[in-house]
Amino acid sequence: MLLQQVAATTGHPLSGTVADWMWLLPLLPLLGFVLNGLLAVVSVYRRGPADPAAESGHGHGAGHEAVHADPAHAGAHGTHHHVPPRHKFAGLASIIGPAVLFAAFGLAVSIFGAMSGASHLEQPYVQRYFTWMPVGDFRIEAAFQLDQLSMIMVLVITGVGALIHLFSVGYMRDDPGYPRFFAYLNLFVFFMLVLVLGASYPVMFVGWEGVGLCSYLLIGFWFSDKANADAGKKAFIVNRIGDFGFLVAMFLLYANIAALDFVGVSQRAGELAPAIVTAICLFFFLGCAGKSAQIPLYVWLPDAMAGPTPVSALIHAATMVTAGVYLIARSAVLFALSPVASLTVAVVGALTALLAATIGLKQWDIKRVLAYSTVSQLGYMFVGVGVGAYAAGIFHLVTHAFFKALLFLGSGSVIFALHRAYHATHSRADAQDMRNMGGLRRYLPWTFALMWIATLAISGIPPLSGFFSKDEILAGVFARAGHSTLAEATWLGIPGGPLLYAIYGIGLFTALLTAIYMTRMMLYTFHGPNRTGETERSHLAEAPWVMTLPLVVLGILSAIGGWLNIPEIMGFLGPPQWLHHWLDPVVGAPTLAVTGGEAVHLAHRTEYFLIGGAVAIAVVGILFAVVRLKPARLVTKDQAVPERGFARVLANKWYVDEAYDRTIVRPVVGVSRRLLWTVTDKWLIDGLLVNGSARVTSFFGRLGSYLQTGSVSTYAWAIVLGVLVVLGAFTLR
Amino acid sequence: MRFDLDRPLELTFALAPDLLLIAGTMVLLLASAWGTETAKRQRAVGRWSIALCVLTLAAVIYMWWAGHTATRGAIAVDPFRWATDVLILLGAILAIALSMDYLERERIDVAEAHVLILFAVSGMMLLAAARDLMIVFLGIELMSIAVYVLAGLNRRSGRAAEAALKYFLLGAFSSGFLLYGIALVFGATGSTNIADIGAAILERGLTTNAMLLAGVGLLVVGLGFKVAAAPFHMWTPDVYEGAPTPMTAFMAAAVKAAAFAVFLRIWMEAFPYLNGAWHKPLWYLAVFTMVVGNVVALVQKNIKRMLAYSSIAHAGYLLVAVVVSNFEGASAYLFYVFAYTLATMGAFAVVIALAQTGERGQQIEDYAGLWRVRPGLAAAMAVFMLALLGFPIFGGMGFFAKWYVLQAALRPPSQTNLAIWVVGTSLVSAAYYLYVVMVMFMKARPAEAPSPLKVPGMTRFVIATCAIVLLVVGIWPRPVLRVARRSLPQLVHLSEDLPRAPAPPR
Repeated sequence: MLLQQVAATTGHPLSGTVADWMWLLPLLPLLGFVLNGLLAVVSVYRRGPADPAAESGHGHGAGHEAVHADPAHAGAHGTHHHVPPRHKFAGLASIIGPAVLFAAFGLAVSIFGAMSGASHLEQPYVQRYFTWMPVGDFRIEAAFQLDQLSMIMVLVITGVGALIHLFSVGYMRDDPGYPRFFAYLNLFVFFMLVLVLGASYPVMFVGWEGVGLCSYLLIGFWFSDKANADAGKKAFIVNRIGDFGFLVAMFLLYANIAALDFVGVSQRAGELAPAIVTAICLFFFLGCAGKSAQIPLYVWLPDAMAGPTPVSALIHAATMVTAGVYLIARSAVLFALSPVASLTVAVVGALTALLAATIGLKQWDIKRVLAYSTVSQLGYMFVGVGVGAYAAGIFHLVTHAFFKALLFLGSGSVIFALHRAYHATHSRADAQDMRNMGGLRRYLPWTFALMWIATLAISGIPPLSGFFSKDEILAGVFARAGHSTLAEATWLGIPGGPLLYAIYGIGLFTALLTAIYMTRMMLYTFHGPNRTGETERSHLAEAPWVMTLPLVVLGILSAIGGWLNIPEIMGFLGPPQWLHHWLDPVVGAPTLAVTGGEAVHLAHRTEYFLIGGAVAIAVVGILFAVVRLKPARLVTKDQAVPERGFARVLANKWYVDEAYDRTIVRPVVGVSRRLLWTVTDKWLIDGLLVNGSARVTSFFGRLGSYLQTGSVSTYAWAIVLGVLVVLGAFTLR
Repeated sequence: MRFDLDRPLELTFALAPDLLLIAGTMVLLLASAWGTETAKRQRAVGRWSIALCVLTLAAVIYMWWAGHTATRGAIAVDPFRWATDVLILLGAILAIALSMDYLERERIDVAEAHVLILFAVSGMMLLAAARDLMIVFLGIELMSIAVYVLAGLNRRSGRAAEAALKYFLLGAFSSGFLLYGIALVFGATGSTNIADIGAAILERGLTTNAMLLAGVGLLVVGLGFKVAAAPFHMWTPDVYEGAPTPMTAFMAAAVKAAAFAVFLRIWMEAFPYLNGAWHKPLWYLAVFTMVVGNVVALVQKNIKRMLAYSSIAHAGYLLVAVVVSNFEGASAYLFYVFAYTLATMGAFAVVIALAQTGERGQQIEDYAGLWRVRPGLAAAMAVFMLALLGFPIFGGMGFFAKWYVLQAALRPPSQTNLAIWVVGTSLVSAAYYLYVVMVMFMKARPAEAPSPLKVPGMTRFVIATCAIVLLVVGIWPRPVLRVARRSLPQLVHLSEDLPRAPAPPR
């Protein structure tokens, strides 16, 4: 059906090229979802005596990483000496799952080739399939749009996604829900591609909601543990708040300019009143704050680490959480019109980056460190798109996808090794706590080397990718603090210029913290003496090649990813500003609008100075961590004493979850229980409306059957009465 | 061809299917009177009756396909008549099939039962063809007298005898009103021909003539009794409950279809210019019927009584088609009656299949846990209940039937309030239809509940056919709808040099 209805946009340079096949991009993972889903359904998983989950109440296999608080767990390990059987269709699922992703990536690369070869790509290539919602003369088309921005996103999603799928083949190997896992993962990629390819806000929203659903399903993948299911629910509910913002923004767009497709919105954005634009942008940003874990809605992301580690890498680091950044870049036309909304994005991004980095300093769970690091880096990206450096924000999105996916997969590799070791000795120690690690460089040399690359990249050490993208953002902020529409605006009474300098300062300080907490994580995990345990030590080993190979590829990408967008002053390294020029047709005009019509230019001396400062700060951070932290003094988790003072506040994440619980969750639950449930639902709706109306109706029913005496004379009189009424109605008037 | 109804031979051709049926019925009457009363003979006559119905059906379809028309006269030759005939014959075939099994189980070895059904069908087909009030009366009496006897077919049952007598007395009473109404209309317009009446009202400006209006009012009463519109409905629950179940199904489906066909034809051809006079009364009649049928059905414990009230409610929905009296109404009526015939026949077939000998086991509570012991019957019954409710997909055609009635009501001049009543009372009906489903699927079967008898072949065939056709057409309603849209009455007096009615058809 799709094939026939593809209406090629005649005259577009991409029509007639391989880009006509872009509808196949999301369809491939959807096909994978259907096939894997069938595999998962036909072999409905039944708990039997051979299944360890029957006793432990946990998922099994490599991902057995939830906090081992369940006392029954030891029994499970103690009584059963067996290798868990692989899933019946594991072989088929491990082919289908990654294969559709690699095929999609191959297609994406060839489309990219076609785009690179074509000229005059100022307009996006829109394919309309069918009219989704005709409302009067307003129509919402089910249409995909290919332009430079969505191309970059598609490459990241399918490329990094394919690597993570490959990693999962090893990581999830022994899980009883193996095909189900790949079904969800494929479905996620489908929705993510719909999100970035959608040609209008409603189509994008379909993807937006779909990835939320898949995130929920995958966070709670091991749903038999209540904590995991709760984490899934938390993510879902927090995201609802953000989605409300997205919806309101769409309603405002429709009400004011009656356009929801990106082309239409960019054409008519100028008709919007300034206050309306600001409202639309702020509501969109509320959606971003939910999906991309920004203040105040970031709390779900650290909990989302309850999902399997490949999920954390794909959804909660590389792709889905960056959807908010994509949304703002996509809506750059609108944000450029509203300095207030842009400043809000930048301020919230900066504060989130700082807050999350401070929390990351004191976490012990390796995945939680990375989770807070992700929140912090997302904050950077929002600073970038907030100050109107849209290309810089997308640049950091891409490099972050590389090094953060690598960090997560590396941590997965570590957890995999520790879990296997603990499994072999039936220990129930925590396989994710860094206090149980240490000295792993001797056992996991590949993971060790590759994770150091990623750590240096995220810290901003040249010439690794993170250095270029972070520098681009910071330089962008600095330049706009001097001269831009943002600097001239005021935000809550604060003049924009000083505010931007403050954001720059926060960014630098966060870079310092980033270097410290990342080095801390590496030191505690890979250096110093090993704390895993005497008997377990002999079981520590590198994971199989399906898991190491993606790490290597991501390591290379993390190292050289910066070449996508080399600063002008480093032109000796290669062609400068490639990504910037590539994205120019999409975000070029809004960028210029923010900077007041002329390209930003810092004096070369200033720029060298900024770069030097940033690198110095990263080096200082790493050295500080190396000098101050003593991995040798660490004790294992069960012997550790709780932190005191400020460290305790950080370890407890500034008590934000507790504060939310007191101020929002409990009052809402209280009101719901006392007023909404007892009074409204039970008494008013159930009692008065539902049962009440039923009672009134059946009263009349009983009255009616009471008149039904069974006597013919009654019936005859009823007819006569009816005759009189009818005749009266006909003749009297 | 265009029949000239003044020439006897062409009139005979125009009535060919009816005459074929009547002649065959006479032969079968003699055949059934021959020899002793045995179950075997009853079945043989039943089979021949079905064969005769199929033959008549073929004749009807041939006439339809040939596309004949006729001059102004006592009978109509148009697609509406043939479509109605098809629905009536369909109901008759299903009813005869059901009664063959039923009569054998209840040991009522009267072969005349089938012949009486055929006589009633002859009357109904006459009603579908009638374009003269005298033919209308003839058809109604021919149909009614046969049905009175059918209601009292089981001579051993006191309830059946009571039902038959009540039906007969009240039927005779209402026929009086009908006849009086015909007389008054004739007195006012000088004609009993439906087309001539319509023309006379326009030409002589009789729209406020009191005699005519009183006549129209009495026609409403007489026809309202036959279609079981409230407040002329009170015989329905008693008669439906007491009569043998296949005859109840026949009454609920075919009798109603025929009476509504003639109702619609009279209203569209004779009284379009009286719109202002009858619109309000019929509007209230429709709403009152919907409310009474649905609300009283809520408290019924016996499934046959519940279905009786449900049929009253459906008469209310069908009255909506009469109230709008346009071509949308006519095609909605045809589609609706098709769905309603299948669902009602199917539901009563399940009732027959589940009843123990002597019409016991007909309380709704007796169906508790049916899903566990007879999943096929429970699933089919669920389809019929959902179809009567108008539920999408699982209710098959039922949803579209109600949808088209609503569309007819919303066609300009839009009857929004009437549509709201249809929807609101349908909501009430969900309570008793879904209650049956709930009892079958969600209640535990009591330990002492007798296991249902084996379902005989014919009954099983009827149940399966009804359910499958409902579901298939529910998924693919277009062909049936297309036929219904084309099968409209040909308003002869409108096609002949007269201005159009005030509520013009599209």
